[in-house]
Amino acid sequence: MDGGVRPAAGGAAAPAPAPGPDRTAGAPPSATRVLALGGLLLAAAMLAGLLLGPAAVTARGLLATLLDAAGLAPLPAEHARDAAVLGVIRAPRVLLAAMLGAGLAAAGTVMQGLFRNPLADPALLGISAGAALAAVAAIVFGHGLFGGLFGPQAGALGLWLLPVAAFAGGLAITFALSRLGTRAGVTSVPLLLLSGVALNALCGALTGLLIFMADERQARDITFWTLGSLAGARWPQVPVALALVLLPALLLLPLARPLNALVLGESGAFHLGVDVERLKRVAVVLSAVTVAAGVAAAGLVGFVGLVVPHLVRLAFGADNRLVLPGSMLLGASLLVLADLAARWLAAPAELPVGVVTALLGAPFFLWLLRRRAGLA
Amino acid sequence: MIAAEALGVDSPVRGAAPLLRSVDLAARAGEVLALIGPNGAGKSTLLRALSGELRPSRGRVLLRGRPLAGWPPPALARARAVMEQQVSLAFPLPAREVVALGRLPWRGTPGMALDRAAVGEAMERAGVAALAARTYATLSGGERQRVQFARALAQLHGAAEGALLLMDEPTASLDPRHRGLLLRAARGLARDGLAVILVLHDLNEAAFVADRVGILAEGRLVASGPAAAVLRREVLREVYGIAFRPVEGGLLPDLAG
Repeated sequence: MDGGVRPAAGGAAAPAPAPGPDRTAGAPPSATRVLALGGLLLAAAMLAGLLLGPAAVTARGLLATLLDAAGLAPLPAEHARDAAVLGVIRAPRVLLAAMLGAGLAAAGTVMQGLFRNPLADPALLGISAGAALAAVAAIVFGHGLFGGLFGPQAGALGLWLLPVAAFAGGLAITFALSRLGTRAGVTSVPLLLLSGVALNALCGALTGLLIFMADERQARDITFWTLGSLAGARWPQVPVALALVLLPALLLLPLARPLNALVLGESGAFHLGVDVERLKRVAVVLSAVTVAAGVAAAGLVGFVGLVVPHLVRLAFGADNRLVLPGSMLLGASLLVLADLAARWLAAPAELPVGVVTALLGAPFFLWLLRRRAGLA
Repeated sequence: MIAAEALGVDSPVRGAAPLLRSVDLAARAGEVLALIGPNGAGKSTLLRALSGELRPSRGRVLLRGRPLAGWPPPALARARAVMEQQVSLAFPLPAREVVALGRLPWRGTPGMALDRAAVGEAMERAGVAALAARTYATLSGGERQRVQFARALAQLHGAAEGALLLMDEPTASLDPRHRGLLLRAARGLARDGLAVILVLHDLNEAAFVADRVGILAEGRLVASGPAAAVLRREVLREVYGIAFRPVEGGLLPDLAG
């Protein structure tokens, strides 16, 4: 009944009784299937994100553009418009959406595991709110300081001022959090959580104060930015996002096993040999970097970090070795599709992508709560 | 082999009495030591200090002759396992995966080859093989306790001689049959070369399972020795503040099975 496992008598030094895949302690055999499925979904979503939209691009056009980019075949003249749409606008946008979705979902998974709380998400700790406050401050005071740096004639400094401010704001909140949440060298998870809630409220209030001080044009900029949008995605942001959104999210992957141990509680994880203090520090810092950089790139995009890990857990169970990579792939796919919806639904105007994710994410999450009473 | 030397733990509450005062205690490989004492006597604190989870304010703990502070966490986890009082999970996992968590410290060591056997054998030994696919959260308190026991067993599978198993009230939620099963398993583990320290409230269980019994009261080890020498009416009356008498007309489970 027990998968054919027969204990060797007294068997301290007994070899594993049977060869073959290890169903009890190693990676479950479905891991490759989960990753293949997620990879396929992401590929399909990205293809849709490239081909579809108000200005349709044909598959032939995409192929010609790719061949041209690879230097294999010169671009035929009839595909020049496709190549321009793809190369200048859609490719960086789809790549950014995918990286951002992966980063938010990874950070959400890790926060939920770290706080042992299914309702935790990157926004809960105030990291997003801190980034938003700094960005709003940049919008309101940036004009006075740099004069006319925004708008059509914006120079490099103006282009980067807002994301750099947002990133710095998110990291500043993280630094404040780790100071507030640590006593005598030990990071207290409840203290961290409550400090985050308070900082979240404080940043929200200060943001409100700045909106009150802003003129009408600034207020509109602020509103648009806080709703989240990938409309500003261009190639220069791609390598930055690669380093600050995707890389920290990938570095979270090795935390899957220690996070699994953490389901037993902090003492239980310590008993299993996990350096819990180090785990908390690494998890918070990497999540903070990916979230702060994500907010810097696209504003506030809600519900991806909260909902995606639950979807993956529902489908494949709570083992973080599956949930973490699975959430990254699903989060990436969903944000690419949400962005596609954002630029298509109200064409030629664009919906803020944060509105799309919250519009879909919030009702879905409520449904999830009703259906799974044991979730929270 | 584990030894506590002049162990003292201060209360986190300023001005409160210390939780442990100058406790000297040892358990050898092959030995079962039961800790008894009133609520709040410091039994769980002592276990936490012995596990390395709690850094003592004074004194030190040696495992295999080496101070706990000098053990890297994974190496320590391959030499001692802890079964806590009540463990609830943050996310739903099947019982088998909870048991398999016990193999985490063996990752990257030759002991990994034993993972599959360790999990299967531990579940058989703890009597939870039939619960393998059940979600932990749907199990009763006693079933959870047995799954945690299996997890601790899996963790020490393949450990070198003199590994340590600490259990905090392991029989608290168990029915009489499974109490006997767990206590006999504890004896079997000692025979296999482990040192077993467990906190118990049931004096009959302590008398049945333990080679030696230690009594804690107000943070001090007030008595320690063979069960027959320690579990005496005048000692217990002093410690618990109530009278003890032999039972007439009652039934006690035959723990020996």
